Amino acid sequence: MEFFRSHVLVCSGVNCSFRGSRSVRAALVEEIRAQGLDKEVRVIETGCFGLCEAGPVMVIYPEAVHYCRVVPDDVKEIVEEHLRKGRIVDRLLYKGEAQVKGVQTWRQIDFYSRQKRVVLRNCGLIDPDSIDEYIAREGYEALGRALRMQPMEVIQAVKDSGLRGRGGAGFPTGLKWDFTARAAGDQKYLICNADEGEPGTFKDRLILEGDPHSVIEGMAIAAYAIGASKGFIYFRGEYKLSIDRLTHALEQARAYGLLGKNIFDSGFSFDIEIKVGAGAYVCGEETALINSMEGKRGEPRFKPPYPASVGLWGKPTCVNNVETLANIPSIIRQGADWFRSIGTAKCPGTKVFTLTGNINNAGLIEVPMGITLREVVYDIGGGIPHGRAFKMAQTGGTSGGCLPEALLDVPMDIDSLATAGSALGSGALMIMDDSHCIIDVVKCFLQFFRHESCGQCTPCREGTQRLYELVDKISRMEATEKDVELIRRLARTMEDASLCALGQTAPFPVLTTMRFFPEEYEAHIVHGMCPAGVCAAASQIA
Amino acid sequence: MAIAKEQLDSAEKRVLQIVSRYGANEEHLLQILHDVQADDNSLSEAELIQVARAMDIPLSRVYGVATFYSMYSVRPRGKFIIRICESAPCHITGAQSVIRAFEQALGIKMGETTKDRKFTLEYTSCLGVCGVAPAVMINDRVYGNLTPDKVQEVLSACEND
Ligand SMILES: Cc1cc2nc3c(=O)[nH]c(=O)nc-3n(C[C@H](O)[C@H](O)[C@H](O)COP(=O)(O)O)c2cc1C
Ligand code: FES
Repeated sequence: MEFFRSHVLVCSGVNCSFRGSRSVRAALVEEIRAQGLDKEVRVIETGCFGLCEAGPVMVIYPEAVHYCRVVPDDVKEIVEEHLRKGRIVDRLLYKGEAQVKGVQTWRQIDFYSRQKRVVLRNCGLIDPDSIDEYIAREGYEALGRALRMQPMEVIQAVKDSGLRGRGGAGFPTGLKWDFTARAAGDQKYLICNADEGEPGTFKDRLILEGDPHSVIEGMAIAAYAIGASKGFIYFRGEYKLSIDRLTHALEQARAYGLLGKNIFDSGFSFDIEIKVGAGAYVCGEETALINSMEGKRGEPRFKPPYPASVGLWGKPTCVNNVETLANIPSIIRQGADWFRSIGTAKCPGTKVFTLTGNINNAGLIEVPMGITLREVVYDIGGGIPHGRAFKMAQTGGTSGGCLPEALLDVPMDIDSLATAGSALGSGALMIMDDSHCIIDVVKCFLQFFRHESCGQCTPCREGTQRLYELVDKISRMEATEKDVELIRRLARTMEDASLCALGQTAPFPVLTTMRFFPEEYEAHIVHGMCPAGVCAAASQIA
Repeated sequence: MAIAKEQLDSAEKRVLQIVSRYGANEEHLLQILHDVQADDNSLSEAELIQVARAMDIPLSRVYGVATFYSMYSVRPRGKFIIRICESAPCHITGAQSVIRAFEQALGIKMGETTKDRKFTLEYTSCLGVCGVAPAVMINDRVYGNLTPDKVQEVLSACEND
């Protein structure tokens, strides 16, 4: 083993890559070699740190100094000053909104210090392409432990932890495993749902890219528990980088005997195959996903029967989200009590959120369930940019609800958000400032639904189209009170009669904004004006 | 509409090659269509017929799949497919002005292809890179933090590819 006095971790997550982290890394390697430091300093590509807004991001150990917005021209100074002379390059440090002086180490930055990292514990700390680094951080220890337990004991441990699915529906994971384990049939399947199509969500991709083995290990444990010998990861077709990374990680796991026949001499055999979609949001719904994997149109199936009894090719199948599975190794290793010590009583553990929209620190965060929306927006998210005011937060993605400023103190967990009239959903969190119009953004949500409705059932196919038209009418100042009544009736029909949750939840953003921002609807309908001046401008252009 | 025999013949060899790579099992249909489409970003009628024959699946089923998923197209498209995200996080960070800038720079509307068959403009739902919104994906590559000024630069990057 070689020893290096310094390690430079350069983020290679998608967001930093688009900001040029690859050329920064290349310049760094080149400069380190040119200055003859290549035997002392090692450059590592790592997964997402989460502070995507300030990318490209790098952290230099052992000092843990965190540099932001690094461009290739900065590299010479970093090598010369920091790596050679040990002097920190002040101008590249992270500066919060109010701070004049930069913050040196990443642990001191509010963005990180307020977080609790379970799922993302390795993201940004290890080289995701190296299974050895994962193993060095207790990787695959949980699998070894699980294989010495009875499958029912593993299921019990997950039940005791109180883990609930992180894909949107929040169903208790242990219970789902139990159903699949008890279902009749010799052949069972495990599917990891990496379709991730909910607008504003990119956590699953960054988990898979930043720490692929945590998901593979979680899958192996789940498969052992439910009695599946075959697993699949269903990726959306657009996630090319993630697919390449994961293919590599699977090869490594096979080479180490952590996938394949007779794992750890336990008699348990398991392998994973990658399946790729082709662009359809509805394929994230588990039965549509199964149809898609079978090579069909991704139309949801009628439930029941649930996949746990009749799933892929008619066999009992357990579908779990990426983040759900990435929680499993820590639960097995550290125990249900430890997991329950994080988060709330009904909703233990952490949640990974993706912050988007008008927020200073857009990116990926992991916090204990139950943290307030205000803390996330202001303490971690760094508030609203350009001195503008907060107007609305949409939690749970496009099918989630829209919350006003008065509800900023709502705890972010599955039950509290549902009570407040919204949803936790996939963990998407979009913040909107006061320069935007509620009607305009609701129209944008509905455009999404009418495009993504699979067309199979009438309430959803017709309903999403008509809802869009009605809200468009409001934005053109042509709607009357009657249209509002029509929206309510249509929404009720869609909620009651749609085949899957896509149509059932599509009216949600309309209903929550009608409830929390009635004045904005009134302005458009009664007074014929758009308070933010957005709709008027749009109709002038058209 | 009858389809010329030459078109069918020329599609046959390529399709058979691709199908034999994965096997004719229906579960591989999506991957096979991805590969068949890779040459010119679209699935021609001849190609669909050959896929149906090679896999022994009714043509209506193959067509049904090819038109269900947004990444496939049964209409000709350009060499570069510019897919502009129109989901909410991109919408509120300026996607509209980026859309207009692309339309102006290329002289076409969303959904159209340039005469030289080089560029196609399409809408897409969230690409999962909202951390750098507004974003577009051109073939396999994603560009983020776009503004109208950067559009020309992005187009030139494609030209030089
Ligand atoms: C329209 C629609 C889209 C969905 N998209 C996703 C998705 O992208 N990823 C995901 O994990 N679950 C998605 N779900 C939820 C899945 O149906 C399923 O509940 C989930 O994968 C189960 O995993 P979990 O129990 O670990 O959360 C979606 C559901 C619906 C109705
Ligand atoms: S909303 Fe545009 S990439 Fe997610």
